[in-house]
Amino acid sequence: MPSYDLHINGEMQTVDVAQGTPLLWVLREHLGLTGTKYGCGIAQCGSCTIHLDGNPVRACILLVERLAIGQKITTIEGLSPDGSHPVQQAWVAAQAPQCGYCQSGQIMQAVALLRKNPAPSREEIKTYMKGNLCRCGTYLRIIKAIELASGKAGTPA
Amino acid sequence: MSIEDSAINCLSRRKFLKSSGNVLLFIGAGGIITQLASCSNEADLKRQFEKHRLTAWVELSEDGMITIYNPAAEMGQGSMTSLPAIFAEEMDADWSLVQVEFSPQIASIYGSDGWSKERKVMLSAGSRITSGYYTLMRKAGAQARYIMRYTASIYWGVAPEEVTTKNGTVIHENSDRTLAYGDLVPHLKVPETLAEIQEDQLKRPENFRIIGRSLQRTDIPAKVDGSALFAIDLRLPGMIYGMLERGRVHGSEPVLENQDEILGMEGILKVVILDHAVGVLASRLEQALEAKKALKISGGSTQASGFNSQEASQKYEAVAGQMKKGRVINDTGDFSTAFRSAARTYTADYWNDYVYHAQMEPLNAVVQVAEDMQSASVWVGSQQGFDEKLGVPELLGIPAENVNIHLQYLGGGFGRRSMTDFVTECASLAREVPGTPVKLIWTREDDLTYGAYRPMSLQRLQACTDQEGTLTGFSHMVVGDGGHLVASGIRNDHYSIPNQFAEWRETSHGIRLKHWRAVGHGPNKFAIECMIDEIAADQGADPVDFRRKLMAHSPRALATLEKAAQMASWGDPVAKDRGRGVAFLERSGSLGTGICEISLDRESGQIRVHHFWNALDAGVVVQPDNVKAQMEGGILMGISSTLKEQITIENGVIQQSNFNDYLILRMDEVPDSMETFLIASNEPPQGVGESGTPLVACAIANAFFDLTGKRLRHLPFTPVRVLEAINS
Repeated sequence: MPSYDLHINGEMQTVDVAQGTPLLWVLREHLGLTGTKYGCGIAQCGSCTIHLDGNPVRACILLVERLAIGQKITTIEGLSPDGSHPVQQAWVAAQAPQCGYCQSGQIMQAVALLRKNPAPSREEIKTYMKGNLCRCGTYLRIIKAIELASGKAGTPA
Repeated sequence: MSIEDSAINCLSRRKFLKSSGNVLLFIGAGGIITQLASCSNEADLKRQFEKHRLTAWVELSEDGMITIYNPAAEMGQGSMTSLPAIFAEEMDADWSLVQVEFSPQIASIYGSDGWSKERKVMLSAGSRITSGYYTLMRKAGAQARYIMRYTASIYWGVAPEEVTTKNGTVIHENSDRTLAYGDLVPHLKVPETLAEIQEDQLKRPENFRIIGRSLQRTDIPAKVDGSALFAIDLRLPGMIYGMLERGRVHGSEPVLENQDEILGMEGILKVVILDHAVGVLASRLEQALEAKKALKISGGSTQASGFNSQEASQKYEAVAGQMKKGRVINDTGDFSTAFRSAARTYTADYWNDYVYHAQMEPLNAVVQVAEDMQSASVWVGSQQGFDEKLGVPELLGIPAENVNIHLQYLGGGFGRRSMTDFVTECASLAREVPGTPVKLIWTREDDLTYGAYRPMSLQRLQACTDQEGTLTGFSHMVVGDGGHLVASGIRNDHYSIPNQFAEWRETSHGIRLKHWRAVGHGPNKFAIECMIDEIAADQGADPVDFRRKLMAHSPRALATLEKAAQMASWGDPVAKDRGRGVAFLERSGSLGTGICEISLDRESGQIRVHHFWNALDAGVVVQPDNVKAQMEGGILMGISSTLKEQITIENGVIQQSNFNDYLILRMDEVPDSMETFLIASNEPPQGVGESGTPLVACAIANAFFDLTGKRLRHLPFTPVRVLEAINS
């Protein structure tokens, strides 16, 4: 069984997994980083969103052998040690989650958005986030949380 | 093991990790003696349970922290906060010191009596959690408060009547002494007998400090930092993975043709043949997935073989056309005579396709059967059930008390997770490897194609009016599979219509069915509210005004209508490219009116919802912000299922497989605004979780009529159907 060295949340981790194993299973089942979720397996729902060198990617279709040496993986657990990332705080202030299952992916996508575009318009938010499904229907509160985090809360669309 | 033993095991296992300064407060109901037990003394706990059938709702510790047990499932609807809030209110606890845990899954102790007169039930469905537990939790909290006052009275040597409480402290005004509840823990005393709390001893609503005030939800921090555990996240020592292949048609009994090849694959430990599926057990999830893909399955024909959902209309129309009535649900007055002698009559058919729950966490469970096969542990996100042990004891042939259910957060329920199929499947696999925990995961494709859907149905409505245009008769026939699944919401108890008839006519296709958020209310209110609108339009009457007259004897309903109309400024001119529609519903004791504003792309047939206003009367609202979140979420689910969602079946095979071909609403399709108003009330809390979704299809259809003069009568309103309607 091949061995892979992965840079995850600031630490090197080595895993022994078969070639062709999606990073999602490596993170969840092998390393116990279960904040990243399985929702569809075909990159349609965004529940598995992580950062690769700061860019949002879907871990369900990222095979472990495709990672280049030293590429930095960040999961929801790595955003902050204690939920204190400004986007996480905005999420709590907006009381955005309902069941919560899609929210890690939503937050990771939102963090990436605000890094690229610190003051997005509502249309820009909707376009950037539309790959992340929420069945409970928390979309409006997610928008509110992103606007809070970007300092634009209360600004008309 | 007795029920008491299993409850003790459940509670005390957690307690052994804590300091000996913790005390479990057992609150009885109906005059049962209230007892204390030191958490570190299991023998003491056992003695208390043996003496009395008691309920432990709250644990107090010397450091002041209070743990309140939540008996309901948490699927995002907020019970992990609202039920403890009710208890804390009457206990007069300091909410900032409260933490919450799931209670043991033992219905005789932790169930509500909202489901059955005969026994208590733990079931988080039908929007009956808050209403079912409201009084029970209030009384238990009030008893806990009484214990605080009683203890303080003994400690201070004063009469109990002189002791009051405020926000987690006991107070003796006369001597100017106060103590925090936590400080009372080492001195806790209970009276010999404790009379049941009467309703007039409970707090008056105007004195509520917690109920009615929006708290931050207790489970949200963990759902924002990734630490919240759903059953699919669990990893236990020695755990292995199970996957099942269930065949392409519901009801089939798959036969495996390449067992040897599968057993030869890397990491595969066992092949398990069940009645309805072929299973593999593997060391690693990815190995189980590989094996599942490699399974060569054949299967015989079943009832569902050959079923074509989109060609079933002829059959449904034939059933609707039969003389013989189906199961009569309502027969008030004499509809036939009213219809025959009416000045004007109306008839219309409404249709809806199957829809899928699409909860974001695919179904899964973790089960460990003990090596001696005499007990089992289950970790699952479940909406519980009339059997709170979820069918596992029966499957394993062991007593209920020997099965421990560890409830987890649900990644969405919507009615799907009160079915126990995925739990008993997991137990069927786990009993093949006693002593080893097994995690069964359904892929999204499994979850969708082996789903249990909201049934397709035909609603045939007839109505009649007199010379003045007053509605004199209303008849509603629903044709579909599943009994209550298609018949709920068929009654009109808030419109004054003297002659009403409602019946269900059965069809059966062998397709798996289930309660889907609001059950039959979605399709039935769609039909009713569209028909009401069609009649109003025929008379040239304003839809709100027409309903106003019908609600003349239903003041609560009328209040929601007036408020929604006010919120939307109904009657003001609407932009030429927009249409507005109104709809009313009752569901689980709540009443609501919704108004939506839509636009239409006449080239593509795409409908867009821009605004949705709704006014809801849900009785006392325990957590206002949470209720608004439920209404927003329910309405978005309504928009999603009205415009986009469709399960189609050809030759018994489900045609969709994942989110690429079963489309649910995305963030770029949400309305520009949604507004919910909660009507103030002192009535007991009513159900909210399903009181938004049924408003939507009818409100959109009525808005479409406002905009185009055409009716949409078949859910979902796909672009194809919309274009057909425009061009008709």
